[in-house]
Amino acid sequence: MLGILNGRVYDPANGVDGQVQDIWVQDGRIVAADQVPNREAAEIFDAAGLVVMPGGVDIHSHIAGSKVNAGRRMCPEDHRADTGAQNGVTRSGGGHSVPTTFATGYHYLEMGYTTVMEAAMPPLLARHTHEEMNDVPLLDKGAYTLMGNNRFLLGCLGHRQKAKARDFAAWLLEASRGYAIKIVNPGGVENWKAGKRETDLDDPVLGWDATPREIILALADISTELGLPHGPHLHVNRLGQAGNASTTIRTIEALDGRRTHLAHLQFASYGGGGRHPLRSAAAEVAAAVNANHNVTADIGQVVFGPTTTMTADGPLEHTLHQLSGSKWLNNDVEEETGGGVVPMNHARRNTVSALQWCIGMELFLSLEDPWRTFLTTDHPNGGPFTAYPEIIHCLMDREFRSQMLSSLPDKAQSRCGLAGLQREYSLQEIVIITRAGTARALGLANKGHLGVGADADIAVYAPQLNWSMMFRRARLVVKGGRVVVRDGQVVAVCPGHTLCVTPGWDEGILPSLREHFEQHYTVGFDNYAVQDDYVPYCEVIRCK
Amino acid sequence: MTRTVEHVVCPTCGCLCDDLVVEVDGTRVTQARRACPNGRTFFKSYDPTPRLPRVHGREVEWNEAIAEAARMLTQARSPLIYGLSSTATEAQRCAVELADRLGAILDTTSSLCHGPAVLAMQSVGLPGCTLGEIRSNADLVIFWGCNPAVSHPRHFARYSLPPANRRSRVAVVVDVRPTATSDIADLFLQVEPGSDLEILTALRALVHARPLSARAIGGVPLANWEDLAGRMKSCRMGVVFAGVGLTMSQGRDLNLGELFSLVAELNDCTRFAAMPMRGHGNVAGADQVLTWQSGYPFAVNYGRGFPRYGPGEFSAVDVLAHGEADAALIIASDPLAHLPSSSAVHLREIPVVAIDPRESLTTRIAQVVLPTACYGLDAAGTYYRMDGVPIRLRPVISSARPTDEQALQQLLDSVVRVSAGAVPTC
Ligand code: SF4
Ligand SMILES: [Zn+2]
Repeated sequence: MLGILNGRVYDPANGVDGQVQDIWVQDGRIVAADQVPNREAAEIFDAAGLVVMPGGVDIHSHIAGSKVNAGRRMCPEDHRADTGAQNGVTRSGGGHSVPTTFATGYHYLEMGYTTVMEAAMPPLLARHTHEEMNDVPLLDKGAYTLMGNNRFLLGCLGHRQKAKARDFAAWLLEASRGYAIKIVNPGGVENWKAGKRETDLDDPVLGWDATPREIILALADISTELGLPHGPHLHVNRLGQAGNASTTIRTIEALDGRRTHLAHLQFASYGGGGRHPLRSAAAEVAAAVNANHNVTADIGQVVFGPTTTMTADGPLEHTLHQLSGSKWLNNDVEEETGGGVVPMNHARRNTVSALQWCIGMELFLSLEDPWRTFLTTDHPNGGPFTAYPEIIHCLMDREFRSQMLSSLPDKAQSRCGLAGLQREYSLQEIVIITRAGTARALGLANKGHLGVGADADIAVYAPQLNWSMMFRRARLVVKGGRVVVRDGQVVAVCPGHTLCVTPGWDEGILPSLREHFEQHYTVGFDNYAVQDDYVPYCEVIRCK
Repeated sequence: MTRTVEHVVCPTCGCLCDDLVVEVDGTRVTQARRACPNGRTFFKSYDPTPRLPRVHGREVEWNEAIAEAARMLTQARSPLIYGLSSTATEAQRCAVELADRLGAILDTTSSLCHGPAVLAMQSVGLPGCTLGEIRSNADLVIFWGCNPAVSHPRHFARYSLPPANRRSRVAVVVDVRPTATSDIADLFLQVEPGSDLEILTALRALVHARPLSARAIGGVPLANWEDLAGRMKSCRMGVVFAGVGLTMSQGRDLNLGELFSLVAELNDCTRFAAMPMRGHGNVAGADQVLTWQSGYPFAVNYGRGFPRYGPGEFSAVDVLAHGEADAALIIASDPLAHLPSSSAVHLREIPVVAIDPRESLTTRIAQVVLPTACYGLDAAGTYYRMDGVPIRLRPVISSARPTDEQALQQLLDSVVRVSAGAVPTC
């Protein structure tokens, strides 16, 4: 039993905006004060003068799996700094943009985050993702299952077999122990494998009777029909390319009311292209998102400094390699997806990087509904998640932001509309874009708020000179009812849960699946699905 | 009475064939259908009879052996933990934690086979893919310095040269001598030893259409290399499998770096992949686990309380040759048989704990021997295929021995108790 007393509580889902309240915790859940039998026996934390909010919920981050580990392995230079020693409680390890699994858990927790979603899991390599997630201590985690270039699915769509496609998607979510349907450059990775470099929304997928538009709409419908708590989670076509805003806007229009999450919108909001230089199209893209209430988006903010880019969008990483000349790792996954890794330095004096920073900020400030706007860096693509406090500072402090802006190259400043935006986020809005809103978009009813019955995932911060300092290290973090961080230091470790869905599927699909595996996969059908052993702390989130 | 188990995974080599049909009579495997001779021997020779651990050659109870091993390791100033390529990731995870808690030096057999490929990947990257992409799409398959016909006998049929589309692909072998693999190749380029780096550099130049004046390179006429470069550029999808003939010959990581650069450049005009032909069943898994836990794939020193990476400095060969390790924990490996003699000599002089399902030269000299179950035979666990695909091994016979994971977990518990007191958990 634990009481966090007299803190200023920010709990937007329950309409609490900085009022002084007590929070009581029992058996891992938030309970009402009058339900606590003997308060004298409770551990008491005096939060007078401190800020209390739900634990952070990250909706899009690359923290575990083959691609992430390839980034670690390829870049020893990334780990030499930022390495911590083991101390009896914590394990040693570290790394700047691709930290070791343990350090990933500790750093998130120290910042007050308690749930993180791994954004791209190739089903064939799902065991790897789960093995790593089991070595990320403390955090609750879920993983998005990649489907946008799956050949079995493309076959179903080509033959207009909608029910079969739905059963397959449900089966694949369960077989991979995934949480949501992930779509990355739909059809574009498959096309790249066949030699076509760029794929737009209505281009054909070579060898298949389907287009990216059809893949997206089908998977959005399937997500709804299965009652999935989240998604589909969409990385649009032509990501990262000048002039892609038109594709993004057409995609939003095509969705026509279907619930969808747009991943790292910053990388999809570019104007220019062809002979014209890159410029911001954040205003146009934000207008489309503002007008379509079925759409949520995370930003994928760029922060300055060295990082490691990684995505299932193989062709995008190849382009980055060609542009930058940096080392390039590629991993095409049979029948399913691709994947690439390229280290990158987002340099402040580089016009493109500076413009990317501006476009992210412009989106944050132009998207009107914080419940549909989420803070991410697409870790580690835009930069490491440890930069979140600095981003919050920019959003809450106009002065600080304009200082940043004025330090950037003139060309970047003049090709975006950031200078004209005066908005400052309130603390309550920050709580929404980092936990309350993300939990809601993920369909996690017990997270992102402090109402009775919620998971006791709580972060307490001490006001500081500025917002970055406040959010960098939580004074206290409670995870599942236990105190795991004090004064910004991990003081106890325990495993987190793996969040999964079990939408159910028709067994009639099995014979054709088995045949497909026998013909095309190098792993037998009977050895494919992820066994229970890989999700020892599984928490099933119910489908609607 | 015999039982039949289907969809069995063979843990012997990096192919991890997962289609075996195994027949079991009591506690012994009598048949391993679909396995190659290497796999068959592995399955049929295994004797799962419980054996007592040994301390200084004397048979003792399990707990006594664990206690003695923990004592030896905690007393050492700079213990070495080595091996790991033929054990499951579940055990590898414990081994890394043990290294972390002990402040040990940790290395895998990678440093003796494909370590140079890792170094090359760290300098120039690595364009790759899973084996199924190759099976379905490759029309040019190059085996460079490897002999899968002997080392990975089912690689051709399952991945690289499947009979169904054998005619539509060209198989090329580059090696210093004729092998069983070159016998089945469409094109064999026999090169002079030590010439790989020069050849690869020339191929890069030819792919970029730079004229070369040499008449022959590596003992092979220039025209043949021009022909190969042409095939590489015009194929639909090509792949190079790189063996220890490339990683362990003159040039080492430079050879691999040149190869990976060549392959990356080929992706400007077509689709091309490279893949190190990993030998031991789960050496790829060891790379992965060490990387996600420490940041580095091998040659890691935890002596200062945090991981430091030092191939050529913290590799087992070097640590032993320089007399820097004062105790060793050997897991599922036989370094006494494989290490160069300068390193093996030192291993004979320090206290050694060996965890292994089988007897070996190393278990014969070890002060503590912990006989464990064998993953894929009488224990379940995870192995990573040479292309990084993780597969769960299923046990075919019931186990009477502890697994490597259990042995390491017990060691870890004892070590933590001896050195630090209880670890607070919640
Ligand atoms: S090729 Fe390798 S994995 Fe396959 S059966 Fe032979 S030894 Fe086993
Ligand atoms: Zn992402």
